[in-house]
Amino acid sequence: MTATPTVAPDDSEVQKKVTDERPDSWWHLPLTTTVLGLIALVFFGLRGVPGAESSFALAREGDLNPLGLIPERITVPSIGGAVALAVIALAASAALWVLHARAARPRPAARLGLIAVFAVSWILAFMTWVISERALDVATLLQGTLALAVPLAFGALSGVLSERAGVINIAIEGQLLFGAFGAALVGSLAGSAWVGLIAAPIMALVMGALLAMFAVGYRVQQIIVGVVLNVLAIGVTSFFFGTVMRQNPGQFNSPLRLPTLRIPVLADIPVIGRVLFEQNILVYLMWIIVAGLTIALFRTRWGLRVRAVGEHPRAADTVGIPVNRTRWINVMLGSAVAGLGGATLTIGTGVAFGEEMSAGKGYIALAAMILGRYHPVGALLAALTFAFADSLQLRLGTMSAAEGGVSIPGDFLLMLPYVVALFAVAGVVGRVRVPAANGVPYVKQ
Amino acid sequence: MTAVVDPENTSSAPGVGAGSNDAPPPPEQQAEDRLRGTLQKIARGDLLVVVMSFIFAFLIGSVLIVIADTEVRETFSYFLDRPSDAFTAIWQSVTQAYGAMFRGAVFDGVGYSRVADDLRAAGGSGTYVLLPALAAGLRPLTETLTVATPLIIAAAGMAVSFRAGLFNIGGTGQLIVGAMAAGYIGFTWDLPIVVHLLIALLGGLLAGAVWGGIAGFLKARFGANEVISTIMLNWIATYLLFFALKTAAFTGANQSQPTSPSISDSAVLPQLLGSGFRLHAGLFLAAGAAVLLWWLMSRSTLGFQFRAVGSNPRASRVAGISPSRTAFLVLTVAGGLVGLAGAVHVLGTEKRLTEGVAGSIGFDAITVALLGRSGPVGVVLAGLLFAGLSTGGRFMESSQGVPLDLVQVIQVLVVLFIAAPPLVRTLIGLRRVDHPSTGARGRTARRTMAGSTSTSASNSDSTSISDSMSTSTTSPPSASSADPGTSAAGDLPPGSTPEGSPGRSPDPAGRHEGAHRDPSAPSPDAPSSDSSPRTAPPAGDVEDPTDATGDQR
Repeated sequence: MTATPTVAPDDSEVQKKVTDERPDSWWHLPLTTTVLGLIALVFFGLRGVPGAESSFALAREGDLNPLGLIPERITVPSIGGAVALAVIALAASAALWVLHARAARPRPAARLGLIAVFAVSWILAFMTWVISERALDVATLLQGTLALAVPLAFGALSGVLSERAGVINIAIEGQLLFGAFGAALVGSLAGSAWVGLIAAPIMALVMGALLAMFAVGYRVQQIIVGVVLNVLAIGVTSFFFGTVMRQNPGQFNSPLRLPTLRIPVLADIPVIGRVLFEQNILVYLMWIIVAGLTIALFRTRWGLRVRAVGEHPRAADTVGIPVNRTRWINVMLGSAVAGLGGATLTIGTGVAFGEEMSAGKGYIALAAMILGRYHPVGALLAALTFAFADSLQLRLGTMSAAEGGVSIPGDFLLMLPYVVALFAVAGVVGRVRVPAANGVPYVKQ
Repeated sequence: MTAVVDPENTSSAPGVGAGSNDAPPPPEQQAEDRLRGTLQKIARGDLLVVVMSFIFAFLIGSVLIVIADTEVRETFSYFLDRPSDAFTAIWQSVTQAYGAMFRGAVFDGVGYSRVADDLRAAGGSGTYVLLPALAAGLRPLTETLTVATPLIIAAAGMAVSFRAGLFNIGGTGQLIVGAMAAGYIGFTWDLPIVVHLLIALLGGLLAGAVWGGIAGFLKARFGANEVISTIMLNWIATYLLFFALKTAAFTGANQSQPTSPSISDSAVLPQLLGSGFRLHAGLFLAAGAAVLLWWLMSRSTLGFQFRAVGSNPRASRVAGISPSRTAFLVLTVAGGLVGLAGAVHVLGTEKRLTEGVAGSIGFDAITVALLGRSGPVGVVLAGLLFAGLSTGGRFMESSQGVPLDLVQVIQVLVVLFIAAPPLVRTLIGLRRVDHPSTGARGRTARRTMAGSTSTSASNSDSTSISDSMSTSTTSPPSASSADPGTSAAGDLPPGSTPEGSPGRSPDPAGRHEGAHRDPSAPSPDAPSSDSSPRTAPPAGDVEDPTDATGDQR
């Protein structure tokens, strides 16, 4: 600036020009929300089932519910409720238009708040429409959401751990599968789900070691290694499932279940009590690991080193951080965490191991990690979003058996999480900053 | 040897050490060197790595067979009393499994002799016996070719995207929509005989192109990672197929079964060997796909743009090639080819749509393209190989009770091993090819060092498996000089540091720097005795010219 004082005499002017520049795509978000809101208004509201009522079950008998503060159920007329909610959603998108038109760079808090209002009212409008003439137990829906989010969150945390250190981890799927397999196999052999819980991360370490060996040690293209390792995991587990486990399911593959740990008083809070405080140990572990990892990554020396290795390995090496060793350790840690996620699939839900039982969860976890911007908390939130889609799909799938009302083909419901992931990745990924050295093997000079 | 060690240990000027080695080596030593060089070339050769990769993959496969075999486990219960029983059981279970695999994939010897005996018993002789017997014996081979057909076409599509640096994992989805479109046209439309087939194939191709294009559009417009979007599109296509097979449009009259009516005869790909064999004209399309891959990637402007973006997006942007537009085109072309594979599969082999119509072709195509290093010949060979493994595996499953998943494991292991040649060489005890210091003596080590300095740490064969094959097969001399560069610089265990910096530039300045630094800072992780051959760049560098000529001769 000092070199060309005549061109820009004042620093502030330059500053202002930069901030005032509106991104070309500023109208994308408001337009999308408006279109979605109109869809909600027309399809969920005006074209809903006439005269039908939708009810949401909230509190239960025996909950800690002074003076019936939380009603047992809320019943609304389907069309009226959906129209009202769609109007709220449209109002939120109108506010978004105003916000974006007024200021070139709106305050993120206001923007996020409006988006949240829009999303919640849109989803509620959808649910009001879809459960016409039926009742939806909100607590069960949320409980399912959390249970389904656990493997995704663990998988996404595995991704965060290794990708923050610069190793692309497509092999989450394989790590989940190995974790599920190890938990079922070892747990059955020992006859205790707790042994399975310990075995799952150890089993998943095999996948992590292979990934680290090929990606870090032999510097094979990391996406290739990941994809190939996933196929290997499917092959190996299916092979043993087809031979050893099928020959003697009682000894090698019996359905075990980790006990549900109920926290006495807190679990009696209506709706959220059962969701948050009546789960198995893996759910509590997930909260601990998310919190611990957030602190460790962003508040400790270790985390700084890991991020340095992921952003600029040469600089990290120059100051004496062992780049490849850090990557090895992080990939191993990540795979162990993903192994816990795998354990959720078998001993967490009380089912025996099944062929390819991870069913693409590893890839959704990957999407959750990217959507969560390589941050543990973000990854958890993204995992919860996908899991909500999945849980809703499951609830609606079981409810479709009931009479009347709107019915969406089950296959489209099954598609739901994947469609959400696709749109989320497409819509958000442009604003995600990937660790600079992600996927680049480090060659020491 | 001592002359080489001296310069560092006595920390004399680099010129002294180099001077002592300036004289050309005596002739007999030169001959010995050449012999050793040839041996090294073999040891470093890709063929050895490929062969050993297969051997290791099958060995690990045998371990799995043995673990899964109940008889073997029973013999192990009294292993100490009669160990021979266990070994016999192991040998039998492994050889029977692999024997069955061969029988199911290539030549059915049992079927051959049975038909021959039957015919002889009926009084036949000469070609009357030979031809039908051969037909029975070679039936597995035709099966292999049938299975290979869609695999090769799909792998060609995958190869296009891999060469362009895009990881299209969406083979399954593109295959499904291709099969759906081709199948729908095949069993509902009523068209003349050749036109119907062509339109059905075209429909499959277009559907696949659209499905790939969605991922390409998301990549180009929003920068969405194609790995994730293609995987999500796989699931969406899968459920779309499930849904379609519940609608009247796809199931026709019989709506209770999730299968479509058969493709009408006018749209079926013609059989090549009569109705007794499944081999169909799609084989020519597979050959055509390989040729198309070659033409597209090596001869066309579009393919040049694809490769340019694949190797350096920034440089191609400067050159006026839009990476995002190219990404869209790449995924469209790749999706189109994979969609065509789906069309061929449903019009030639399956002849109807079912929920599992795509099978594992979509994912197998990825491994085939990787194994074939995304080249036309490689894709065809790898496709045939994988098809053979899976048809053989199917026979093994039915006759020996070994699950088909074993084949998947073997296929993947082969790809993994081939992707990491240093691992294979370490396993067969040729570690010193990659780590010249550990086992090599004197001049060989220095020669390797000289070679390595001439190519500045080109990590061609470890960063991308698609590149290494092409460089090394086309020009053996350059490959032999490039490989040590990789190996010396690249394949040390992650913890250790490559001392003596083989990747350093060969210019005199670099040499001085290296020679000065080495004595002054004896690094903690390299003991002096071990580092002596490695810290030989001064001597090696001076010999560089003679070495280079020696190599070329």
